[in-house]
Amino acid sequence: MSAAATAISLSLSTIAKTSNPRSPEQLVDGLLRARGIEASSPLSTLAMVAALLAIAFIVVNCAAIAAGIFSWLERRIAARMQSRVGPNRVGPAGFFQWIADAVKLLLKEDLIPEGANVHLFRAAPYFMMVGFACTFVALPFSHALIAADLGVGVFYLLAVTAFVVVGVLASGWSSNSKWSLFGSIRSAAQIVSYEIPAGMALLVPVLLAGTLSTQGIIRAQGGWPWQWFVFHDPAALAAFFIYFISALAEGNRAPFDLPEAESELVAGYNTEYSGMRFSYFFLVEWGNMWVMSALATSVFLGGWQLPGLDAARFDALTGGAAIGLEIVSLALFALKTMSLVFVIMWLRWTLPRLRVDQLMSLCWKYLVPVSFAGALFVAGWMLVVRAAPVLDLLMRGALTALGALVVTLFVRRTLSNVRDVGDRLDVRGNW
Amino acid sequence: MSAPGTDPSATMTSGKEVLKRIEYSGEMLVNMGPQHPSTHGVINFLVQTDGEEMTRAIPEVGYLHRSIEKIGERCEYAGFMPYTDRVDYIAAMFANQGWAMACERLFAIEVPKRAEYCRVIACELNRIASHLISVGTMAMDVGAVTPFPYALREREFINDLLEELCGARLTYNYLRIGGVAFDLPDGYSERVLRFVDHFEKVLVEFDRLITQNRIFVERLRGLGVISRALAIDHCLVGPNLRASGVDWDLRRDLPYSAYPDFEFAVPVGTGAVGKTGDAWDRFWVRTREMQESCRIVRQALQKLPEGPVMAKVPRRLKAPEGTDAFSRIESARGDMQYYVVAGPGEMAHRLKIRTGSFNAMGIIEKLSRGIMLADLVALIASLDVVAPEIDR
Repeated sequence: MSAAATAISLSLSTIAKTSNPRSPEQLVDGLLRARGIEASSPLSTLAMVAALLAIAFIVVNCAAIAAGIFSWLERRIAARMQSRVGPNRVGPAGFFQWIADAVKLLLKEDLIPEGANVHLFRAAPYFMMVGFACTFVALPFSHALIAADLGVGVFYLLAVTAFVVVGVLASGWSSNSKWSLFGSIRSAAQIVSYEIPAGMALLVPVLLAGTLSTQGIIRAQGGWPWQWFVFHDPAALAAFFIYFISALAEGNRAPFDLPEAESELVAGYNTEYSGMRFSYFFLVEWGNMWVMSALATSVFLGGWQLPGLDAARFDALTGGAAIGLEIVSLALFALKTMSLVFVIMWLRWTLPRLRVDQLMSLCWKYLVPVSFAGALFVAGWMLVVRAAPVLDLLMRGALTALGALVVTLFVRRTLSNVRDVGDRLDVRGNW
Repeated sequence: MSAPGTDPSATMTSGKEVLKRIEYSGEMLVNMGPQHPSTHGVINFLVQTDGEEMTRAIPEVGYLHRSIEKIGERCEYAGFMPYTDRVDYIAAMFANQGWAMACERLFAIEVPKRAEYCRVIACELNRIASHLISVGTMAMDVGAVTPFPYALREREFINDLLEELCGARLTYNYLRIGGVAFDLPDGYSERVLRFVDHFEKVLVEFDRLITQNRIFVERLRGLGVISRALAIDHCLVGPNLRASGVDWDLRRDLPYSAYPDFEFAVPVGTGAVGKTGDAWDRFWVRTREMQESCRIVRQALQKLPEGPVMAKVPRRLKAPEGTDAFSRIESARGDMQYYVVAGPGEMAHRLKIRTGSFNAMGIIEKLSRGIMLADLVALIASLDVVAPEIDR
């Protein structure tokens, strides 16, 4: 988040001048033109390369810092859920724990086990890191903040996410350890299988928006919940859950954390790693929470769209209002994403783990057929609402009401649980 | 190795032979342990596996052997009491009681009524603590991390209570030959009752969190089914036996100590979610036994008689050489037996301790055929084996 703040401060000054920067190229181009430098001059090319490198630096660091902060956040949240205190020594509420851990891991010896395939062993964490960092290129943060709004955004995201599996397989196989091998084979089977329902589920918003670009899909939605794709029709609602489940499985998160099932495989594919290389695996795991949640937020939950302000009017804004609303949209996007991240953590610290055959049957017997049927249903539904637009409104209204009902029931249940627990509840103490 | 007329692979136990056999089979031999998070102590499992599916798992015990029985033959009867704590350090109170009862029978000592009640209270609290570890680690082995700290949190309260009673939180050394070391402290009943009231509510929460959890039930239903006959054949005891549908509890069927004074149910596995005697039944039986232990503790505190907590015990304990005594108690892990033969001096000539975990290890090889690697972990956990109790 703090890196996002750095990024925003960099681009805010230009946003005020150029009202609608859609890409870094346009942004840099605009800046150069403002200083009277033509696009054809070699200086311009140099400036462009420098700017892109700067953006890449920001994006990678943003990813790394987000992952680091999540490590602290997850440990604190898990601790509260388990009636523990969690790390609370380094800095306020233990916030700097992740920096202390990173420094410690950097200073640790980088052990390579005897009999390991040295080159592959060394390279495997970088495969993971690259696959993970590349996702941030096409992930939106706010109305204007996106490294590159690719025309094939969603497709690109699916492709680079799959890159992680290369790292997992390489690390498990090259470690020369049977436990690591178990973990990596499990992971490969799992990631490859769950990519199918994830892809099919993402096809639903792509169909609805008519574009693969992440910003384009967000623009096709609106700020209010009934304008989100998740409440568009029952198949879209199902697609959201299918995507969420598949993303959990792809990110090796509980209840699908078989590749690193510590009670079975000790630590899974990263058993033999230590020091910095080890930390890469965890960086990727925690960072992936942001990636999967941000993608779900973008394509199903309306992204950065502000209620009551449609995207075209947002584009037209200039000056202070543009900067202010940009920050609000960034905050809203972060809020939605963090809510999903919290749900992921919550699931992890609540649910037991599935067995590998149950994992596969869940994917192939339930998620894959349902996601295919859902995509077909959405295609049909789009034809139906084109003929009778009133049905669209009714359906969105009904599903939003259903969502509101579920939330209300959940809140009531929580309150009644809190009453039952009585004086054993301690939210404020022991921070 | 193999007895005539039996399948040679059924009785094979040596790792070297297994290695020889699987050399050309394309299968893999993995050592699960002795240092592995899910073996519950220092146990090794030779896992013969074809990918995720196991052909078998062969338990190798003996890593935690400390010759406790031999120590018992080299130290005085009363002096052996602290060593019994180490027989099963998760439920040390029972190991204390088995030894105390065996010696009391050897020397014909009558234990005062109040001491028996103190023993029951301490033992039942210890049973809850032991079962909490069992169900907590079992949930963790199936991948649910959170029930474990919850269980340990409750166990800490019990540790506090037992510490108040005898000064120790793990190896209690609370019982003495002829009674108990200390009487209940002032206001102890109220504190125990407060805990029991609180704990019964927590059990309901625990059931909602994990016992009835869909994924948890799916993982454990029909896993490692031990039929009634198989359980009896393998001499399983305690919750493992009862989960297989055998209604047998020493506290009720061969009553000892003050147990005849109390009313309690003996939970028996019914196959509520799968087959009788599956891993879920074993888990469920333990959660219900904690409830029953709460009932017993309540009754014991209510009926607690006045009087001394130590019998008149001679300073030098000595029995005629060759006389023997035998005691059986229902420990947290089932039927625990002490057999002691008096020696010429103030030491035993022979001591034998029979524990439940050792027999439970014997059934693992049979149950492990054709199950998944992840199931082996759940299976070991469901049998609630404790490494020191296996090896002693």
